[in-house]
Amino acid sequence: MKDIGILLRRPWQAAWWLLLGWLVWHVLDWAVIQAVFSPDLAACQALRHQGACWGVVQVKGMAWLFGRYPEQQLWRPALAMALWLVSTAWLLRPLLQGRDARPWIGQVLALACWPAGMWLMGGAGLGLPAVESAQWGGLPLTLLLTACTLLFSAPLTWALALARQTGPRWLALPATALIEVARGGPLVMWLFGAAFVLPAILPAGWDWGPIARVLVVTTVFSAAYAAEILRGSLATVLRDQSEAASVLGATWWQTQSRVVVPQVWRGALPALTGHTIGVLKDTALVTIVSLQDLTGAMSVSLNGDADWRPFFLEAYLVIAALYALMCLGIAQLGARLELRACRTG
Amino acid sequence: MIWLDFLSQPAGFDIGETGGWLFEASQPLWQAMLVGLSNTLRVSLPSLVLALVLGTVVGLGRLSPEPVPRRLAGLFVNTFRNVPLLVQLLLWYFLLIEWLPAPNEAMHLLPGVWLSKGGLAFPWWDAALGAWSMPSQEGFNVQGGASLTPEFLAVAVALSTYTAAFVAEIVRSAVSSVPVSLIEAAQTLGATRAQVRWRVLLPQAWRAAMPPMSNQVLNLIKNSSLAVAVGYPDLVSVGNTALNQTGRVMECIGLMMLTYLTLSWTVSAVMNLLGRQSRLAASA
Repeated sequence: MKDIGILLRRPWQAAWWLLLGWLVWHVLDWAVIQAVFSPDLAACQALRHQGACWGVVQVKGMAWLFGRYPEQQLWRPALAMALWLVSTAWLLRPLLQGRDARPWIGQVLALACWPAGMWLMGGAGLGLPAVESAQWGGLPLTLLLTACTLLFSAPLTWALALARQTGPRWLALPATALIEVARGGPLVMWLFGAAFVLPAILPAGWDWGPIARVLVVTTVFSAAYAAEILRGSLATVLRDQSEAASVLGATWWQTQSRVVVPQVWRGALPALTGHTIGVLKDTALVTIVSLQDLTGAMSVSLNGDADWRPFFLEAYLVIAALYALMCLGIAQLGARLELRACRTG
Repeated sequence: MIWLDFLSQPAGFDIGETGGWLFEASQPLWQAMLVGLSNTLRVSLPSLVLALVLGTVVGLGRLSPEPVPRRLAGLFVNTFRNVPLLVQLLLWYFLLIEWLPAPNEAMHLLPGVWLSKGGLAFPWWDAALGAWSMPSQEGFNVQGGASLTPEFLAVAVALSTYTAAFVAEIVRSAVSSVPVSLIEAAQTLGATRAQVRWRVLLPQAWRAAMPPMSNQVLNLIKNSSLAVAVGYPDLVSVGNTALNQTGRVMECIGLMMLTYLTLSWTVSAVMNLLGRQSRLAASA
């Protein structure tokens, strides 16, 4: 009764709660109460969109997750994904718990899980039927593109940031040019460009298919953006600290690895988390150059099927939720790394 | 400029949506590129205004003392920021072309405003007649006035809601970056609530928001290139068609690059000017 009294005294608040109730009711009504959960096409069509048809997930889910990958071989990308996730989780666990990082041999082994998974998917030399990379798709492709882009762009990012911020003129100028040109145009334009340019200029045998072409573009693009983040952070620690280190007799390499990098890393961490989420979201753009990542596989599976096409809203909501979960996971990871970086620093 | 002479060749392709320009396949390629640029700007500018308004409302909503709008604004930001723009764009496009009624059953939203699968029709000043042209339903279609295609609407809605989520975060952090002591000082000096809001909070927050905001403006313009996914002929879409037709890859990409760089510089200059003015106003 007291609550109602408060509501009556604050008409605005009451209006807000009414609005919220109305919204929640409509969403619940559509998504749960009137929804059909079984893959029953007739029942879904009878709904006339008054309720959600979640059966589309059961019918098409495998096609969204794995794209065009041959159906009998689906255990391979599934195993590869499990390998990647477990090894990455194993690698990150001590960092999140505030313990020392894994020994370097463990780090190398965990990173080696990525090419091992790719090898498993490709099947070259394993006695498994070979599956060309053009047939890879779905979630493994999205994860692969994200991880490879981040991994390959890391060294390039440092090189570009250091060259632009501290390098001599002959290094700073090309680094600046590369950064500004890559950031100047939209990623879609670079992806289109690469689809034409790379096959033409690469010598025969060096064109490793569409996935590699896309990776070249996303790597350079991501490095250019991340380099600017690092440069901002670099500018805040640089001068006095590295002078102090060199006065103490540290070599350039020691100064970088012991003084500059940890501080830059800590300062740039929040922005880098955002950047990582951006890289994951940008992998969806490979759909435009006809690769079937999670987004592409989903839209292809629906566009080609007149029966299930009307239930695109449900399909997009599921895919969107999957992306949102991954992005929120990365954000959470970043926040915990940040917390730990502050505690040690 | 011999290497650019291909631009005066006939384009050889039609452009689905020209936004009031007359364009045919026989016209030179450089005019096709101009139509593409105008399409990019035509969808970017209204989206930008919408994104700024919506983003400001949502950003202030996140600072509201009321729990319901605060949570709703938080939900908005987290949803739109964490889903790829392409997924959102395709979703909006599908909604527009599948769920809206056919043109012969168009929804009559306001007097003279019709919404259907065919797009949004609204009244427009007809210079030839010297009067307002009101769209009306005739036969199977909506005739008269001006109209926006579903492709345009999808791109505009997706760009503005996606960017609004980022703008909201900028607004929120800019407002919360103003030190409380400053507000207390103003209150101690006897400033009214409105004075605190407009003379203290706004100029300070404005200055903090300007640099990240100019990044978002640039992102919005560059993100409009995703329009190619729903067939809206923006600069990248037209440029890509030209590139396919002529095979002049470097030239076409170079041209698009220069155009985007020019846009970037213009935006940066304008935003710098806005930032500087606020600094002068704050110090005066």
